[in-house]
Amino acid sequence: MRLAQYLIIIPLAAAFVMLLARKRFKSSSDILAVAASLSLTVISFVIALSTASGKAVVNNVGNWPPKIGISLVADGLSSFMLVIANFITLVVSVYSIAYIKKYTDKWKYYSLLMLMAAGVNGVLATSDIFNLFIFMEIASIAVYALVAFGTEREAMEASFKYAVMSTVASSFILMGIAFLYSYTSTLNMADMAIVIASKGPSKVIAFVSVLFLMGFGLKAALVPFHAWLPDAYSSAPATIPAMSSGVLIKSLGVYVIIRIFFNVFGITQEVLNIFITLAVLSMLTGSIMAFGQSNIKRFFGYSSISQIGYIFLGLGIGTPMAIAGSLFHLFNHSAAKSLLFLNAGDIETNFKKTDLNKMSGAAVLARTPVCGYTNLAGMFSICGVPPFAGFWSKLIIILACIQARRPFVAFIAVFVSILTIAYYFRAMTPVLFGEKTGEAAIELKNKPSLTMNLAMIALSLICLFGGVLLLPNNIGNNLLNCARSAIENGCSGYAAILFGAAK
Amino acid sequence: MSVYVLCFILFSIGLYCVLRKRNLIKIIIGIGIMEYAVNLFFILIGYRFEGRSPIYAHDKVIKNMVDPLPQAVVLTSIVIGLSVTLMLIAVAMRIYERYKTFDITKINRLKG
Repeated sequence: MRLAQYLIIIPLAAAFVMLLARKRFKSSSDILAVAASLSLTVISFVIALSTASGKAVVNNVGNWPPKIGISLVADGLSSFMLVIANFITLVVSVYSIAYIKKYTDKWKYYSLLMLMAAGVNGVLATSDIFNLFIFMEIASIAVYALVAFGTEREAMEASFKYAVMSTVASSFILMGIAFLYSYTSTLNMADMAIVIASKGPSKVIAFVSVLFLMGFGLKAALVPFHAWLPDAYSSAPATIPAMSSGVLIKSLGVYVIIRIFFNVFGITQEVLNIFITLAVLSMLTGSIMAFGQSNIKRFFGYSSISQIGYIFLGLGIGTPMAIAGSLFHLFNHSAAKSLLFLNAGDIETNFKKTDLNKMSGAAVLARTPVCGYTNLAGMFSICGVPPFAGFWSKLIIILACIQARRPFVAFIAVFVSILTIAYYFRAMTPVLFGEKTGEAAIELKNKPSLTMNLAMIALSLICLFGGVLLLPNNIGNNLLNCARSAIENGCSGYAAILFGAAK
Repeated sequence: MSVYVLCFILFSIGLYCVLRKRNLIKIIIGIGIMEYAVNLFFILIGYRFEGRSPIYAHDKVIKNMVDPLPQAVVLTSIVIGLSVTLMLIAVAMRIYERYKTFDITKINRLKG
C-alpha cells in the first residue's frame, strides 16, 4: 500500500495551494484546510484498520528498498499516534473557521497549521532518523511562527524563547544523530537497532541517550526542560496550545522517545529509572505551579506538564499493563487537553477575558452551555472522575505501579491526581458557576458559533466514551494492543516489520 | 582527534553565547555557531584522510572514498539552520519594534 506517503503530500500541497487560492475565494483556505485534514483523518483510519488486523503499512518512497531509501512505516504505535494527531488536527481546523476570524491573514494561519500537520505526520511515519529530524524541524518552525501569530509583545517574547530553546535542543539531537551514524554507519532506525543489538552495550549509546533525553525531553516539556511551554501556550491563539498539547508534544516528544529508546536502543533499567524520576518531577512541579496561575491558558499549560508526567510514569514502570495505561492516558490527555484549550479560546472570544481571577462573573455554564458542559467533560476526564476516560487510564497506571512493587511512586501518582482535582476546581468553579446577573457579571460579547461548538462536542464525546477502548474486541482496543506490542517487541519487532514487509 | 576536540570547543562557545549573552542578536549568533559546530562534526565523521571524492566511475576502484552521506545530510541541515535563523531574526526585529530594546533582561513580561 502506498497510502502513507499521502499523509505528507496532502498537507504540504494544501499549505501551498492555500496561499495561491486565497485571492479567488475568500474562504478557500477554510475549505482546503478542513478538506485536507478530513482526508488525512480518513487515511490514518484506513492505515489503523490495516494495522489493527495485523498488517503493518510499509511504504518505500520511490521504490527504493529500505536501508537505501526512506521507508514510511506505520506499525501499531505509529498508526495509533497518527489517528490521534490527524483527528485533533481535523477538530482544530474546524474550530479555527470561526475562531481565527479575529486575526488578520487567515490563510497564513492555515498554511502554517498544515505545515505543522505535515511535519507531525512525517515524524510519526518515517523510519529514517535524519528524516525524522527534518520533519521535526518543519513542525517546530511552523509552531514558532504560529506562537507569534498574534504579534503582541508577549507573543513575540514567547516565540523567541521557544525558538531559542527548541533550536538548542535540536542541535543536541543532531549531534546525537551524528554520533549514532558514526557508530552504526546507517541512518535507518530498524537497521540501527540491529547493529546496536549486535555490538552490545557501549558508552556511545549512553552518551547519545543523554543527548536525546535532553533534546526530545525539551520537545515533550518534561520538567527540567519545560520552561518554554507555559509562556508559549499563554500567548498564542488558543488553537495552537490545543494542537501543541494534543499533537505536537506527544508526537515530537513522547512518540520519538518511545521509538528511539524502546525500538532502537533497547530499553534498560537505568533509562526506565530516569523516566520515572523525570515523570515524578514533572507531575509534582506541574501541579504545584498550576495553583498560582491566573492566566487560563498558562494554567492549562502547567496541567499539561503534570499529565505528561503520568505518561512517562507508565512508560518508566515498563510492564505491559503500565505501557498500555500510558498509551491510553496519552490518548485521553490529547482529547481532553485539546478540548480544554478550545474551551479557553471560546471563553476568550465570548467574554474577552483570560484572567481567571476576573472571570468569577462569567457563569459559562449558564450562558454558553455548550462550552460550559464540554469544559466539565474535559475537566472530569483530566481529573479522573469515574465514568470519564481519564479515570481508567490513571487507574491502570496506578495499579501497574503497585503491581510492579513501587508503592512510593503509586502514592505520588494518587497524590498528584488529588492535587489535579483541587487546582481544577479552585480555578474553574468560579468561571463555570459564577453569578449570571448582578455587579460581578461579565458582559457576553459574542454569540457562540456553530463550528466551534461542533468541534468541542466531538472532543467531549471522546472524553466521555473513551473508556470503550479498554473493552476487548473492538477496533480501538486492537489498535491499543498493537501499539503496546510494538513497544514491547522492542528492537527486533521494529526491524522485523520493516524488513519483513520489504521481502 | 584534535579536530574533534576543536569542534567541541566551537560547540561550547556557541552554547556559552546562547546561555550568557543578553543581546538577542548575540544569542542568534550563538545559535548559528552551535549549528555550524554540529555540521562540522557531521562532516568530520564522513571524512577520510587522503580520501577522494565519492563519484562512481567505471575505471576507478572504490577505495578510500569520502563518505557522501554526511555531506548530503549536512546540506539539508544547513538549509534548516538558515530557516531557523531567519525566523529568529524576524521575531527579534518585531521584538525591537515592540520593546525598543534588544536586552533580554528588559524583555520580561512573561513570568511564573
